[in-house]
Amino acid sequence: MSATAARDIAPAPISAHERPSPLTRSRVRAAWAFVAPTLFVLALIAGWPLARTIWFSLTDANLNNLSDYAFIGFENYLVHDNGEWLGLLVDPEWWRSVWNTVWFTLVSVSIETVLGIVVALMLNAAFPGRGIMRAIILIPWAIPTVVSAKMWNWMLHDQFGVINDMLLRLGLIASPIIWTANPDTALWAVVMVDVWKATPFMALLILAALQMLPQDIYEAARVDGIHPVRVFFRVTLPLIRPALLVAVIFRALDALRVFDLIYVLTANSRDTMSMSAYARQQLVDFQEVGFGSAASTLIFLIIALLVVITIVVGRVRLSEDAQ
Amino acid sequence: MKLLSRIGFWLLVLVIALFALFPFYYAVLSSLRSGSELFSVAYWPERLDGSNYIAVFQRQPFGQNILNSILVAGTVVALSLALSVLAAYAFGRIAFRGRSILLMTILGVSMFPQVAVLSGMFEMIRSFGLYNTLPGLILANMMLTLPFTVWVLTTFMRELPKEIEEAALVDGATPAIIVRRVFLPLMAPAAVTTGLLAFVVSWNEFLFALTFTLTNERRTVPPAIALMTGSSAYELPWGTIMAASVIVTLPIIALVLVFQRRIVAGLTAGAVKG
Amino acid sequence: MSRRFASLALLIGLAAPTSAYAVEISISCSALGQEYEICKQGVDAWSKKTGNTAKIVSTPNSATERLALYQQLLAAGAGDIDVFQIDVVWSGMLSQHFQDLTAKAQGVIDQHFPTMIETSRVKGKLVAMPWFADAGLLYYRKDLLQKHNRPVPQTWSDLTETARTVQAAERQGGSRDLWGFVWQGRAYEGLTVNALEWVSSHNGGTIVDEKGEITINNPKAAAALKTAAGWVGTITPEGVLNYTEEESRGVFQAGNAVFMRNWPYAWALAQGPESAIKDKVGIAPLPKGGADGRNAGTLGGQLLAVSRYSKNAEAATDLVMYLTSADEQKRRAIAGSFNPTIPTLFKDAEITKANPFMGDLLTVFTNAVARPAAATGDNYNKVSTEFFDTVHQVLSKRAEPEQALSRLDRDLKRIKRSGWQ
Repeated sequence: MSATAARDIAPAPISAHERPSPLTRSRVRAAWAFVAPTLFVLALIAGWPLARTIWFSLTDANLNNLSDYAFIGFENYLVHDNGEWLGLLVDPEWWRSVWNTVWFTLVSVSIETVLGIVVALMLNAAFPGRGIMRAIILIPWAIPTVVSAKMWNWMLHDQFGVINDMLLRLGLIASPIIWTANPDTALWAVVMVDVWKATPFMALLILAALQMLPQDIYEAARVDGIHPVRVFFRVTLPLIRPALLVAVIFRALDALRVFDLIYVLTANSRDTMSMSAYARQQLVDFQEVGFGSAASTLIFLIIALLVVITIVVGRVRLSEDAQ
Repeated sequence: MKLLSRIGFWLLVLVIALFALFPFYYAVLSSLRSGSELFSVAYWPERLDGSNYIAVFQRQPFGQNILNSILVAGTVVALSLALSVLAAYAFGRIAFRGRSILLMTILGVSMFPQVAVLSGMFEMIRSFGLYNTLPGLILANMMLTLPFTVWVLTTFMRELPKEIEEAALVDGATPAIIVRRVFLPLMAPAAVTTGLLAFVVSWNEFLFALTFTLTNERRTVPPAIALMTGSSAYELPWGTIMAASVIVTLPIIALVLVFQRRIVAGLTAGAVKG
Repeated sequence: MSRRFASLALLIGLAAPTSAYAVEISISCSALGQEYEICKQGVDAWSKKTGNTAKIVSTPNSATERLALYQQLLAAGAGDIDVFQIDVVWSGMLSQHFQDLTAKAQGVIDQHFPTMIETSRVKGKLVAMPWFADAGLLYYRKDLLQKHNRPVPQTWSDLTETARTVQAAERQGGSRDLWGFVWQGRAYEGLTVNALEWVSSHNGGTIVDEKGEITINNPKAAAALKTAAGWVGTITPEGVLNYTEEESRGVFQAGNAVFMRNWPYAWALAQGPESAIKDKVGIAPLPKGGADGRNAGTLGGQLLAVSRYSKNAEAATDLVMYLTSADEQKRRAIAGSFNPTIPTLFKDAEITKANPFMGDLLTVFTNAVARPAAATGDNYNKVSTEFFDTVHQVLSKRAEPEQALSRLDRDLKRIKRSGWQ
């Protein structure tokens, strides 16, 4: 496991004083030829729309008449008008949606990581019925988000919901819990559904890493009589950390963009609105393409910033390990 | 002690299985009930009522919707894998200037919220004349799968030991030959795993499918389910929706069951380095 | 090539009696079971009559999703749909994308309910034709009111009182899940509809008046919201704060509520063979907000509009006029209980025979309150969102009515800053 996710991102050192051999040069040419189709497709389907969004964020475009708009600089973000600060950056609803999203991401991804490791370890052990178990685990992930959100909405219903019924029968609660309507429980309900749905993905990626681990280390550990828990923290965890980091980054990126789950589960109430839902509300419901694009652009920047932080922190840790 | 940990292990298996399965079980259960029955809680099927399953195919071209989903997801996976195996080789095995910036950019693409690219994408798809067609949807879905497949395959590519390539390099093989002869067979299992993940992403995609298709015959499964309606404006046909969900979840489960040996094999093959 | 010409000529030849060219019109009808069938029957009849063909495009059921799709299509100037079925509150928002039907509707438009005409007309332009109407109703349990010897409530305080007594007595009698009153409290358009009924039945206005003045910050509106907030947790389950129409119907139809506020659609379902409360249900106008208040059900319903980007505007307009005509509305009322938008039809013998309760609805529709969609134009969704968010906060007891309304007033003024447009 010499390669790590974090180092993947760092450029491989090419020493300047060394004159590149013809072989290296032809390999570099081939590399460009190989990445070109991917880059072209991405530029077309992601780059262009993205550029449009950033451009629109600097205009007063309205969905009602998209061909007629004016450049207004950063007014969508912040403007001083009539002794009043206006714009996205001073909109409390926006910051509330940012906080909701960040909270949701931190909580759900943490739970999913821990649970994902547990599930992956379980699936990595040899036991009868492992194949069936693997299929079972993947079911939640295979159900379309829209459908699973509706399904859970039904299960969490305060009057007819099976969850309240179960808890009541078990005597865990005295009266039905209003899961999705009460702001205090609504975000937790969203977390629960997300954990149910996304843990399999986490587990699958971690399992992939687990199965690549050299078996002889474990043999040695067993011969030496080291406790399995100690082996896990000392050997397994450091070894799967790169793969874990990739999995966490992907999940976090997904969680930060959460939209349909919250949208279906708790409606669009401001208490649970996510950043994406806020942007969509501005863009579509309010027809403010300019303002909504500004929100979208900020989401992009916030997420990019968080990713950079994660990678930098991960890298620092890794270099400590190396010493 | 040994026995206790065995019991603990099986208890864990049981709890995880229950947590994962119960909502699906409840969906199956609900799909077999109808009308006012749905407004009461039940844990066991009392009588089996298949009418919802018939209704799914009667009221809308659901068979066509399933076919559309398969076509879209299949093409998206094939294209994504073809493009990303090449790209992953370059990113994973060749050191070239700008590599890290490109990788970061590709990661950046996977960060962008779907809602935000919606209008730009809509504009583009219309200008290509691909509105309300499957190719339009395929193009759009590539945005969701391609960055992901490139990243995961690059990681896999990195894991493979250096020696694998060296023999071929000494023989003077060109990169294209190396990819085809050396990496393609090795990557196949990893590609299956990644492909399966990408397939599900595309299979479950909702927002693009809703926005870029217009007629019933062109819709994929998720919008078809979401747009499934009862006989009046506010009525939600829970039974039918659940029946449809069960129908579309089964192929995914089948895929997992069929390919899981490949997945396992792939993961162990990736560990040649050992 | 020549064969194609031949068949084209044949096609034109066949259609010749009615028009020079047979064209294909696409109309966005509802995808809903019965609603779809009835729409299709009407469209097919028109096709037969005119020789044109018409294709039904089914659109999302959820109003928000449908609006989003429409906006996207219209903003791109796409001619994919010729005739749009739109909600009454969308006419202001989408007006600039629709044809002016004033000339074509001369002579027929005056037959419709004045409130319906009002919502179809934006800045003097008739952008749509009324197709069918909807309004909030009070559903009650005849059997329970009889058992406890209570009349149908005339005011909200009657309703509160009756609901409280019946709920208490029935719960003592063993019906532990029974609630007094269910409605739609989720933070969505439906809450605007419900809250507007409370406010305007107390004579508290319609948030923004016809002239565009913001009127919501008044003591009557505050009193209305206070009453409603008092229901939550006492006669109304707290879960109502996330209920839409279906959730409340679920509670009511399972026999777990004395009163329900809902649209007329719930009637047929509550009387259906599977219903636990079949033949135990009555409907009435929503209560007044006190002795000097008024009965106010919020006006809903759908309009038909012709896209400005339609390539066959002539035929599309003809289809709209056909579908909204008195004859077609009558057929729809008989076949599918769709409430006509033409008052005289409510006295039609065949219609009242098919729908005995429809006669009673005439007064409900005549008194119906329109949401301030025409006055606020493009900004209606923003106004509505601010309003239902404020109401939701009051209902979940996170704000006092007075403070919440003065804050709403300030926010609405900020939205209006550059005029409503």
